[in-house]
This record gives sequence, C-alpha cells and structure tokens, in this order.
Amino acid sequence: MMTMQCAQARPLLPAYGELDVPHALALEAHLAGCPACSEALHAERALGEALRAHAPYHRAPEALRARLRTSLPPAPQGVLQSPVTVAAASARRRQRVLRQWAMPLAAAFVLTIGLNALLAGQREKGLVVDEIVAGHVRSLLAAHLDDVVSSDQHTVKPWFAGKLDYAPPVHDLALKGYPLAGGRLDYVGNRTVAALDYRRRQHIINLYVWPAEKAGRSTPLATTRSGYNLEHWTDDGMNWWAVSDLSADELRSFADLLRATTERPPA
Amino acid sequence: MSDETTVQRFSAMAEKHMDAAYNLARWLTRNPQDADDVVQEAYLRAFRYFGTFRGDDGRAWLLTIVRNTCYTWLKHNRHGDTDVEYDEADASRQGKEDRESPLHGTDPQTLLLRAADGERIDAAIRKLPTEFREVLVLRELEELSYQDIAAVAGIPIGTVMSRLSRARLHLRRILQTMEHQ
Repeated sequence: MMTMQCAQARPLLPAYGELDVPHALALEAHLAGCPACSEALHAERALGEALRAHAPYHRAPEALRARLRTSLPPAPQGVLQSPVTVAAASARRRQRVLRQWAMPLAAAFVLTIGLNALLAGQREKGLVVDEIVAGHVRSLLAAHLDDVVSSDQHTVKPWFAGKLDYAPPVHDLALKGYPLAGGRLDYVGNRTVAALDYRRRQHIINLYVWPAEKAGRSTPLATTRSGYNLEHWTDDGMNWWAVSDLSADELRSFADLLRATTERPPA
Repeated sequence: MSDETTVQRFSAMAEKHMDAAYNLARWLTRNPQDADDVVQEAYLRAFRYFGTFRGDDGRAWLLTIVRNTCYTWLKHNRHGDTDVEYDEADASRQGKEDRESPLHGTDPQTLLLRAADGERIDAAIRKLPTEFREVLVLRELEELSYQDIAAVAGIPIGTVMSRLSRARLHLRRILQTMEHQ
C-alpha cells in the first residue's frame, strides 16, 4: 500500500468518499495515525455542510425561463407526444413537462386563434405562418441556412432539379440590394419546398416558394410573428412567403421587387 | 424528421438544466442582469452545437458552455481586478429568501443564526477569485463529480482537487477575517 504524508493527504480531504481504492486506503491509513489531518477532515466536512445549507442557490427567474423557451424553436406538441422524452420518464417528470409547456402552449393557441380571425378563418395559413417562422429560426440557429451556397441564380435553380416536383423561380436581386446567398430544402405545409436565402446588409431573408393551388396574383399580405416580419403573396402559379427580421417596410420592398420581376407582359 | 427530434431533445435538456445554468452564471458574474444575458447567449450557443453533443444527461456539457460564455463575458466586461461591486441589497434579499424557504426550521433563534451564516457565506464566496469560486460552486452547490468538474472547467482532475482544496482554505480565511471585523 502506498504511504502518504500530510502534504499529499490534505488536498484529498474534500474528495473523501470519492477516491479510487488505492488513494482511499492510503488516506485511511494516514488519518488513523495523524490527529491533525483527522481534525482537518472534520473541519472540511463542517464547511461542506455549511456551504450546502447556507450558500444561496440561484434558481433561474421565471422571466428568464419564459424568454429562453420562446427563443427556442417551437416544438411543444413534440415534447408532449414524443415517446423518447415522455413515455420513458416518470409520472412526476411527465407532469413537470406538461406544466412547463402549458403556458407557452396556451399562448401559442391564443396567438393562432387571433391571427386566424384576422385572416378571416384561413386556418391553414395560420399554421403555415408558424411553420415558416419555425423554419426561419431553425435555419439561423442550427447553422443550416444553405444546402447550395451560391449567389448565382443559374447555380441555385438547377440544384433543386430532381429534389422537388416543381422548378422554383430563382431571381438574383443583387443589383437591387438584395443579393442571393443560396438555397435549401425545407418542409412546410406537409410538403418539401424550396427555401431561398437572400441578404440585406447583415439581415437574412428566407423566401419560401411552392406551387399554388390557384393561378393568379394576390396582393401581398403582411403579418408578424414572434418579432419576425412576413410577406405572403401568390404569383406566377406559386405561393411566396418571405420572412426576416428586416423592418416591415424593407421586406415589403423586397416583395415588390420580386413581384415586379415575375410580372409577365399580358399575352 | 430527425431535425424535429433534435429540437425536442434539446428543449427537454434545456428545460431540465436551467437552474444549474443560471446558478453557475450568477455566481461567476455576481450579478443577476449579467447572468440573464450570459445564460441566453449560452443557450443559443448550446443549440447551435447540440448536434455535436453525445450523451444523455447534458448537464456537464451545458455547464461547460455556460462557463465558457461567462469567461468570454468577464474578459470583455471586467478589466484588471475581478473583484467588483458587491450588491449589498441583493445579497440581503437573497438571504431573506433563503430564510423564508419552507424547508428551513421556524425557531426564530435558529433563523437568525442561519440568516447570518447565509449572508456571511454568500459574501465570502463572492470574494473568492473566479477560478476558486467556479470549482467551489460546481462541487458544493451543483454537487458535480470531480470528473465532471474537470470537464466543465477544462482542467485535469488533479488540478480540480488541489484547486478545490485551496478554494476552501481561502474561503475559510475570508470567513475568519469577517468574524474578526
């Protein structure tokens, strides 16, 4: 067995009870013959107890918790239903998860209802807004902005060929101050769609494009969600959704530019 | 849909360790507002790097990110000596919250003694250099294993042991000085 001096024993005292076998045995042997170190161990334990009993433990304030939750991409129904996170957990934990998501869920519910009323009952559109914003936030957070990185529309557009059952119109607006940065696939409204990444100074604009059920042009509809501005219109046989943290005015100019580009002379 | 699962896994982990994240940030920055900012920044970073996380609990992983965010923050916001303003009002408010916790006894004598101890210990820990405060909080308040502390602080286990030992010695001296004041 290794022998131990006071100098080696002292740093081990706070770790008493968590040492590997050789160190534990050596320390025991040393303590048995050293009253000073035994006393030091006693003092260490008293200090540990005092710390655990009296040092303030700072719990996260409710306001911060709420802010952290809303800054995360929304996945409430997933948390409630996920077999991984819930089914395997204890009943108490399940209750905790339910309680924690009850407020954000209720808030999201109220928000959805309010928006749907504004959109004259266009329930699906409300859901799409959620998905668009979630997709936008996720693309920023998860460093998954572009699958194809290019400012060239003739590189970006062909990249989608074979990945989608339609050809999304891709326009370069660099000369107008909105350079194209790339594109990726995303999933909105139960289908795979094209998401184009445009820039305006340091801001990122995600432009979602997929075929519209009806032909014809609609006037742009602006809305906001979670602090993001959105513009939606149909044109060129396509549904268009632009989302960004840009100001509503600038996002509207972006939408107007695109609409002007896709405008075709009357046949 | 692995994207969705990732988001769910992250949300579950993020929820579970919010208190631990805030407690560490609060002790390292010694200021509630700064702790708020640091935790938010750390959570964004954590989400960004969650893809590289392998494991099931995530507490040590998350605390590592909180710890590093704190140090970056301290470097940019504190110049020279790290001993800064001590928010007296806030400390006594915190002490009061502790006293009023239902887990504690109700004997007025005991309460008085505990309150004094709580405030004194709070003040003493705040006076410790950051490196000492960090290992002490991780060990005594978060009750992390030596191995986890080594991972969070990015130092070998031997260094954790000696640093913790010195931190406690230092703390004892501060407490003694306070007693004689």
